[in-house]
Amino acid sequence: MNIGIIVFPGSNCDRDVRWATEGCLGLPTSFLWHETTEIDCYDAIVIPGGFSYGDYLRCGAIARFAPVLNSLISFVNKGGKVLGICNGFQILTELGLLQGALTRNKNLHFICEKVNLSIESTKSSWMKNYKKNDSILLPIAHGEGRYQCSPDVLKKLQDDDSIAIRYADNPNGSIHDIAGITNKEGNVLGMMPHPERACDDALGGIDGKSILSTLLS
Amino acid sequence: MSLFKARVFVHLRPSVLDPAGEATMSATKRLGIDGVTQIRIGKSIELEIEAENKNDARSKIELMSDRLLANPVIEDWTLEFNDEHKLIKN
Repeated sequence: MNIGIIVFPGSNCDRDVRWATEGCLGLPTSFLWHETTEIDCYDAIVIPGGFSYGDYLRCGAIARFAPVLNSLISFVNKGGKVLGICNGFQILTELGLLQGALTRNKNLHFICEKVNLSIESTKSSWMKNYKKNDSILLPIAHGEGRYQCSPDVLKKLQDDDSIAIRYADNPNGSIHDIAGITNKEGNVLGMMPHPERACDDALGGIDGKSILSTLLS
Repeated sequence: MSLFKARVFVHLRPSVLDPAGEATMSATKRLGIDGVTQIRIGKSIELEIEAENKNDARSKIELMSDRLLANPVIEDWTLEFNDEHKLIKN
């Protein structure tokens, strides 16, 4: 069992994720350069935070054409688990594996703080250690985290029980306080908060451990 | 083959809040200009493309605009063609 972390030019949370999955949780983890196409030997893939390709044009717009992401689509279609964190969430929406888009924070600030979140759906295995409405504390660090989608897509997310995580006190203007969503099947999770930055008491919290531990279970 | 010049304007859909536009609008008041009722900020992308003819160039730019330059979930785009173009040898 093995986790792969995709590394783009401009990724900057790749080593944090590995520190959390391998160092804190003891899960075997490797880095995957964005030009590779061989990802079937992994059991779960993480797209980490950062500024892939400088976030030129739009966040995730150029990353979505990376060779590794062609392979990711078939990986997902075969049921593989994919977690996109922050810039990874933005890339998954650009790629169309998750619906909607992430736009500029309502107050224009780059927000770097800990936020209270509530678990909205436990349909996917990502949230198997939680009950609905459980409260967790995770850091966010983003300038473009305002989740947007059409009313039709919002209804579909609600009907499919795909809204995974909500902000308790909406920091960025996301519609319906959305902080993280899954695809319909539940094997892809995108979230703006950073679970990898909350896996050791020395960093002020360990609420990120539970979600990351489900990568290989 | 000919070289065509075009400009693609990418703008947020009317239903999407543009906080950067609103911040800019508040600065117009500080500048002393009254009466600005809306500012929406978009992108202008100038490009040159080699193609057999104008229709060929247009269809390539349209595909590029739909798939790369704009995100249709939040953005619309318009295309402005420069009718001047130059023939490329061979």
